[in-house]
Amino acid sequence: MANLEINFAGIKSPNPFWLASGPPTNSGYQIMKAFDQGWGGAVWKTLGVPVINVSSRYGAINHRGSRVVGFNNIELITDRRLCDNLREMEEVKKYFPNHAVIASLMVQTKQEWHQIVNDVQNAGADGIELNFGCPHGMCERGMGSAVGQEPAILEMITRWVMEVAKIPVIVKLTPNISDITEPAQAARRAGANAISLINTIQSLVGVDIDNFVTYPVVENHSTNGGYCGPAVKPIAMNMVKNCAQHPLVQIPISGIGGIENWHDAVEFILLGASSVQVCTAAMHYGFGIIRDMTSGLEQYMDSHGFATIDQFVGKALPNVKHWEELNLKYSVKASIDEDKCIGCQLCYIACEDGAHQAIDLNEDKTIRTPRINEENCVGCNLCSLICPVENCITMVRKDDGTQHQTWKQRTDANNIPVTFDDDLAGGLGHTIPDPVKAFGKL
Amino acid sequence: MAEHRNPPKLQDADNRFAPIKPLMSNTMAYYESSRCLFCYDAPCTIACPTSIDIPLFIRQINNGNLTGAAKTIYQSNFLGNTCGKVCPTEVLCEGACVFNKMNIKPIDIGRLQNFATNSAILTRQKFFVVPEENGKSVAVIGAGPAGISCACQLRASGYMVDIYEARNNPSGLALHGIAPYKITNEEALMEVEFLREQFGFNVFYNTRIDSKEDIAVLEAKYDAFFLGIGLGSSTEIKIRGEGKPNCIGATEFIEEIKTRPVSTPIAKRVIVLGGGNTAMDAASECARLGAENVIVAYRRSQPEMKAYYFEYDLAKVAGVRGMFNLAPIEIVGENSAEGVKFIRTETVNGILKEIPGSDFVIACDLVIKATGQAKQTSLFANISGLTLDEAGRISVNGATGQTANPGYFAGGDAVNGGAEVVNAVAEGKLAGDGIHEYLSALI
Repeated sequence: MANLEINFAGIKSPNPFWLASGPPTNSGYQIMKAFDQGWGGAVWKTLGVPVINVSSRYGAINHRGSRVVGFNNIELITDRRLCDNLREMEEVKKYFPNHAVIASLMVQTKQEWHQIVNDVQNAGADGIELNFGCPHGMCERGMGSAVGQEPAILEMITRWVMEVAKIPVIVKLTPNISDITEPAQAARRAGANAISLINTIQSLVGVDIDNFVTYPVVENHSTNGGYCGPAVKPIAMNMVKNCAQHPLVQIPISGIGGIENWHDAVEFILLGASSVQVCTAAMHYGFGIIRDMTSGLEQYMDSHGFATIDQFVGKALPNVKHWEELNLKYSVKASIDEDKCIGCQLCYIACEDGAHQAIDLNEDKTIRTPRINEENCVGCNLCSLICPVENCITMVRKDDGTQHQTWKQRTDANNIPVTFDDDLAGGLGHTIPDPVKAFGKL
Repeated sequence: MAEHRNPPKLQDADNRFAPIKPLMSNTMAYYESSRCLFCYDAPCTIACPTSIDIPLFIRQINNGNLTGAAKTIYQSNFLGNTCGKVCPTEVLCEGACVFNKMNIKPIDIGRLQNFATNSAILTRQKFFVVPEENGKSVAVIGAGPAGISCACQLRASGYMVDIYEARNNPSGLALHGIAPYKITNEEALMEVEFLREQFGFNVFYNTRIDSKEDIAVLEAKYDAFFLGIGLGSSTEIKIRGEGKPNCIGATEFIEEIKTRPVSTPIAKRVIVLGGGNTAMDAASECARLGAENVIVAYRRSQPEMKAYYFEYDLAKVAGVRGMFNLAPIEIVGENSAEGVKFIRTETVNGILKEIPGSDFVIACDLVIKATGQAKQTSLFANISGLTLDEAGRISVNGATGQTANPGYFAGGDAVNGGAEVVNAVAEGKLAGDGIHEYLSALI
């Protein structure tokens, strides 16, 4: 039976699922309720000098019947007094001594940092997360992502914290930067025990096209917010992978960004995260989703023979390579299962208009199952991705697996196209229809 | 035991005659339209007799362009709202939906269509700009779906169009012959008014065109003619006792109950003769009006019924009982029908045979004949050069709707022998183009 317990840079937790710093961790009440339902840890809504928030605060992207696939907020850090938060933190630790309570912090001066670190340590926090990520509001005041975007300043402030920290320190990174590994390395240099990422992505979630203002609307105006939710997961995973693979980072990573189920969590763990944090999904569905998350993770670990989380942290990392290292001789072609095909012909038009004209319709229009033209099929996956039927279109390997040739090898062997009209062009030999055949074709 | 009370109270009647395809809410329409796959060369569009670009209008609904969605519908089908309500979508667009192949509920196309068209009608959208009149005029006989559709198409090409209608209302069977839980008279009339406002055709009600003299007057005045006259009264079954006052035709019955107060008591025991959709409608309505015992009696077996399975289901749900392989041989009773004498039948080598000596009487208080409608042969005879097929239908060129008399075009039930409203709409529109082509070539 899988053991979900983790020891994340010295912070122990009954499972790797933590609530990320945000509205669900605004109070001791919410965190107690979450722990009671099975969450392993919680990163307290960022503490600092309390703010005054605006109304309204959130905006969302809905996509064809799915609500909140992307979420955007302009809420700031806690608007509650530090003394109230600390009192509740002590209370939570009294009831849940074995759960992870991490205090997210954001202040300005060295003196403030020293004081607040000591305060949360005294309140019983198990760890500290430095919020260097918030990309709206707080950054205008020189905090949040303003720090995360300047590795030197991030390093300096982290050093201030490390001077007084007696508990593990996690540096939370902003994705609003061209190379995420730079602030990650700075955190490592400053002696941080771990990093967490990503914070939200600077965003405008939508425009009110009748009143000419972006969302969320505050009277007649708006401002950029921070973007999160399921839509940001791919961006977050790439950044987690970049940090996990970097030789000068090599400290534990808490993965954040669009996680809403066990499958998402497994993906982050396979890319190097050893704990995961969730906020938007808890805001959308409530704390009850944890039951599905822990049950699914257990099931996954049992079916793959992983006894502990550690056994699969980063297990996918060796397989994420540079493009130039991929095998150019590997070849897959689409294959349509005629018994499963429902005849929507979306694969046909997707390939016809959006790819390589490698799917043909039957001349007999009453037969709606399209046919793959293997000569033109480049194995791009598009048809299999848009097909609405599970496992109807599969990509079948066609090469015999004996040959291996990468772009790097071809470059080294001077066997690559180098002129505009080079005969080594990869697309040479594909049948491209005559442009005039496009006229009048649906 | 009857399921319903006779006569129904007003609020009961509201429930029993509540629309079977009620108007969607914005939220329902959003979620339902989200499900559409946007198939290429979509089977739903292929299945639609008017070829509405269904995936397009559903996507327009989903993306918040309700007016655009209605425009897409009306460009293919002038009676988009009526058809959304009365079409047998289960065997047309929705029956063709690819989701059926996965045993997933097909997209609720009819109701989405109504969601868009209803909004356009209520907000009085104008989708069509009628060009200046081209100096030619066309007379349309019959203001049913075929005639209205033909008139709209002709107006869009600049013809002056007068519609002559024998009744005091437009819409033909959509108004008179379709059950009220499918479409109300208000809904049917609203759409015709919506069309008349933007197309500006003239309708002369209570004007039956029948005699040679009528025809001569019209021929002197108009350049071409469209016959959208539908079918006549219910056919006789030619059995003894058929003339009794409580032995009536189904279309006449449906027309009557659509106009009379629901509190009028209905007969306790009703026998409906026939196995088509009209028989189901009539039987279902009797049960909903509180008749205690409603039987649909069909002379062939159940699988041979012309009624769609969902229409029979709808009747059964209302409390109707189906009886099969029973041929009526006499309406019994002194002055009024007191029962129907049936004889059992069987099909031997594809031929329906009566089983001698198997006759028996089922008592009833009302007999409804739903065995088809007669052709309007009296008018046909007065138009020179028309040819009819062996079934008494007007013969036309399928591509243009032109009859054997080149100035006359036709469509709808008079041509197809009795099909759906949507077929009439398609044929009317086609004939509109046919007339335009014909008159343009005359110059």
